[in-house]
Amino acid sequence: MNQSAQLLKKKKKTILENWIKNQLTEESLREDLISNDELRRQSEELLDKLTSALEKGNTEDIYNSDFEQVTDILSDISVTRARQGFSPREVTLYVLSLKQAVTDVMEKELRDKPEVLYKEILQFNKLIDSLSIHTFETYLRGREEVILRQTDEINEISTPVIRVWDGILALPIIGTLDSSRTQIVMENLLQEIVNTGSNIAILDISGVPAVDSLVAQHLIKTVSATRLMGAECIISGIRAEIAQTIVHLGIDLSNIKTKASLSSALQLAFSMLALEVKKKNANSFSGKVIR
Amino acid sequence: MITMSKDTMQIVREQDVVPFRNRVRELAVKIGMSLVNQTKLITAASELVRNMLKYANGGKITLEIVNKNGQNGIRLIFADEGPGIENIPQAMQDGFSTGKSLGLGLPGTKRLVNEFDIKSVVGSGTTVTVTHWKNGR
Repeated sequence: MNQSAQLLKKKKKTILENWIKNQLTEESLREDLISNDELRRQSEELLDKLTSALEKGNTEDIYNSDFEQVTDILSDISVTRARQGFSPREVTLYVLSLKQAVTDVMEKELRDKPEVLYKEILQFNKLIDSLSIHTFETYLRGREEVILRQTDEINEISTPVIRVWDGILALPIIGTLDSSRTQIVMENLLQEIVNTGSNIAILDISGVPAVDSLVAQHLIKTVSATRLMGAECIISGIRAEIAQTIVHLGIDLSNIKTKASLSSALQLAFSMLALEVKKKNANSFSGKVIR
Repeated sequence: MITMSKDTMQIVREQDVVPFRNRVRELAVKIGMSLVNQTKLITAASELVRNMLKYANGGKITLEIVNKNGQNGIRLIFADEGPGIENIPQAMQDGFSTGKSLGLGLPGTKRLVNEFDIKSVVGSGTTVTVTHWKNGR
């Protein structure tokens, strides 16, 4: 393989030109996402590092320390590209187009030694293949990071605390209530109790698909924490099927105030605060007065 | 009991719970299970999958649509390679937990589903099989 290393060194300029030409002619090149100069700089750096790695005589194991710099650059490129919104095809083609550029040069240089040519090309192919697999792997990791970040964001925004009345907070919970989510819910709720000086918090679980023992435990914890702050907590949105499931599971929610709907929870809250909602008079339906 | 369809899912992290639960729901809807029975099955599945993640760092779940005497049902097999359960009768008691949970997972699950079977070998893993019939009987 040292032959390829020498070749790469000797023909660096041609290879680089070819490679960049390949990338430029490739329809998938996203000029909107990456500039020509940037591409050239990246490609040259990668080629340099690849050459020096090959000079060390290692052609097989790209996870060897000889290739560390190469894989580092590739990881860097693919993670950045994943974030920039390149497609997997574009990212993989970046490495694969180098294969074409190098084999073209090899073919010219080693024309009179077909056996050597064959062996070198085979070896180089194998190397580029593993490098492109590595690129793809890191590309996926980059994408996954994006997804994880979005998950965090969803967690953050999906637990609003609403002030429904003076002294009454409502917290609609939508989706699965896991440990990290409970933590956020609890923090938001307790903070809001302090901020607004509310006495009653309504936790609405209409949007929670399944209440298993873990979810119940989290709810119980939230209720206890609310009580410690001197506020009362009502859990609403317990649907018929959820009620049956909770009974079968054997979860004891008897010392927690629960209601089937948010409106009945609100009614309970009004009566706890000694408020009354009634129609102004029989003829007008719009004016509701709270005393 | 005849198995009519079979599917497996690997569970390795908490994020796998929701897709798994949705898969169970899909199957339950497919065989026409009522909402109450769907919820019972999904809750049971959710308990078991959480146990699997908590104590065994995940495992493999087999989801099957089964048929017995003309009635359709769903069978879920939770197989993990965790530490196993030393004392199964104790683990099946209400309120017993080696973790810091309510201790209702296993006994509660048994009450939620029609058929429940647990096998465990200390050091090599636990397999829980639950079956729930369409009409919940």
